[in-house]
Amino acid sequence: MSRYVARRLLQMIPVFIGSTFLIFFMVYALGDPVAALFGDKAPDPATAARIRQDLYLDQPLWKQYLHYMGQVFAGNFGTAFNGQPVTELMGSAFPVTLRLTIVAIVFEVVIGIALGVLSGLRRGRPVDTTVLLLTLVVVSVPTFVSGYVLQYLIGVKWRLASPSVSPEATFGELLLPGVVLALTSLAYVTRLTRTSLAENARADYLRTALAKGLPRHRIVLRHLLRNSLIPVVTFIGADIGALMGGAIVTERIFNIRGVGFQLYQGILRQNSPTVVGFVTILVIVFLLANLLVDLLYAVLDPRIRYA
Amino acid sequence: MENTALLEVRDLRVEFRTREGVAKAVNGVSCTVHAGQTLAVLGESGSGKSVTAQAVMGILDSPPGFVTGGQVLFQGRDLLTMGEEQRRRLRGAKLAMIFQDALSALNPVMTVGAQLAEMYQVHRGMSGKEARARAVQLMDRVRIPAAKERVNDYPHQFSGGMRQRIMIAMALALEPDLIIADEPTTALDVTVQAQVMDLLAELRREFNMGLILITHDLGVVADVADRIAVMYAGRIVETAPVHQLYEAPAHPYTRGLLDSIPRLDRKGQRLHAIKGLPPSLTAIPPGCPFNPRCPRAQDICRTDRPPLFPVAAGRTSACHFWKDTLDAR
Repeated sequence: MSRYVARRLLQMIPVFIGSTFLIFFMVYALGDPVAALFGDKAPDPATAARIRQDLYLDQPLWKQYLHYMGQVFAGNFGTAFNGQPVTELMGSAFPVTLRLTIVAIVFEVVIGIALGVLSGLRRGRPVDTTVLLLTLVVVSVPTFVSGYVLQYLIGVKWRLASPSVSPEATFGELLLPGVVLALTSLAYVTRLTRTSLAENARADYLRTALAKGLPRHRIVLRHLLRNSLIPVVTFIGADIGALMGGAIVTERIFNIRGVGFQLYQGILRQNSPTVVGFVTILVIVFLLANLLVDLLYAVLDPRIRYA
Repeated sequence: MENTALLEVRDLRVEFRTREGVAKAVNGVSCTVHAGQTLAVLGESGSGKSVTAQAVMGILDSPPGFVTGGQVLFQGRDLLTMGEEQRRRLRGAKLAMIFQDALSALNPVMTVGAQLAEMYQVHRGMSGKEARARAVQLMDRVRIPAAKERVNDYPHQFSGGMRQRIMIAMALALEPDLIIADEPTTALDVTVQAQVMDLLAELRREFNMGLILITHDLGVVADVADRIAVMYAGRIVETAPVHQLYEAPAHPYTRGLLDSIPRLDRKGQRLHAIKGLPPSLTAIPPGCPFNPRCPRAQDICRTDRPPLFPVAAGRTSACHFWKDTLDAR
């Protein structure tokens, strides 16, 4: 097991280098950050050259990348063009997005699995058909539509929750955005749980459990659910990474100062250090989430052993 | 023979309601098993052996499967009219089942120890620790080497023979009065088959249990069974004490089955096979269901369904020409 983890961690290095270089290349090579700094005004050539030298922009790209990575590993993600250190932006953005992700995951797990179990155990009945139809609707409606609709209905019309989130972004304020963020994944979790349950309900070992004279609740909980939730748990694990980075739309709608918001601003203002820095962290989050999922898989299913 | 039967099945009927139509899987099966007796149920796939067993156990997939008639008297009480909770308490404790493929019949994500211990926890209310200790004893009992170390292993970590021993251990856990073994050795290597069968027979003797052995393997039957019931298209077509049936079958289908056993003294000759296929259960032919494949079929076989004729003491045959069949050795 530990050898497997070590190997996986080593494999992460080329993936990390490759993906960060790609984003570095795209951000720095395809735009002129110094020009962006001056907006509409043409910069004084001498000043521009000085800034370039200060920001290490007069070096070849691979040297810039190496320099940047060296800085990153020393804990310095550079400075945004407004003078704020990128680490400071991260320090304010990541906790907010993390809270948002937690809220979304909790919804996915609790509601998604509950609905999946409900419809999976009552296949073909009205409950099942209704749930299936609802998930289909949810999956087909894009987040910016469901987000604005829910914001208008719950936040503006019925005033059940605040339509926008304060800079503190407490858990309470993040409930509504959390639901919006979770919706699509929640629908997938429901469908996955239902299908998995239906598949395992026909398994031979379930007939054995029945023949053993076990009470129904024990058969469902110990035998059916335990087996059915393996793919669901791994899906949710992989979704953590996706939710952390993919909250751009939701964060925009509810004006949440999280990772998605900062990334959006960074891209809009060609704020290269911000974009590269945040993406670097997200790459790490993705890689770790994937490793976590693979390890979780082995824990949940004893038939899988990594050597 | 004892006066009260351990299990008496009377005119049991089971059908499967599917989109393609109603499949009549079991059509009036009656049979009796006494304590300490082994009844072998013989038949091809789809003859209704397993469905009968599942209906007796009460573990039929329903829907699509429905018991539409008959009685299942277990120690004098009808299981079919009993409340579900009452019936559940009997399952596993008084009548237990051994399944064919232990790899799929055991829960892949639970240790074998937990699956065995579960029997004691649920039916006897034992603590986890106590139940675990009993699980180890059970594994010793079915001769699994190093039971203490292996109790926390998962099913896939055992060999096929060992897995089937665990299945047997699970069925024996609460010392039931009746065990139904549904093709218990079919999924095993030939060398292991004999070991597992011997173990099962030995334990059956020791606990004086009744055993219903479902199989399509005539070789297995001869060694362990007292009586045989041959099934065809959801009916019992012949019942007989095992040796009498081997010596002189009273039904052409049984004759055909016996003739299909490959024999060393007829090496080089063509293997015998019964012509044709078993009928579709959605369209069982009128008259005797075996008539389209029967070498003896006459007009009466195509119109009149033969009842079970008493052939001799303890022998029945559902063939209009049972006498001719019996005489034509």
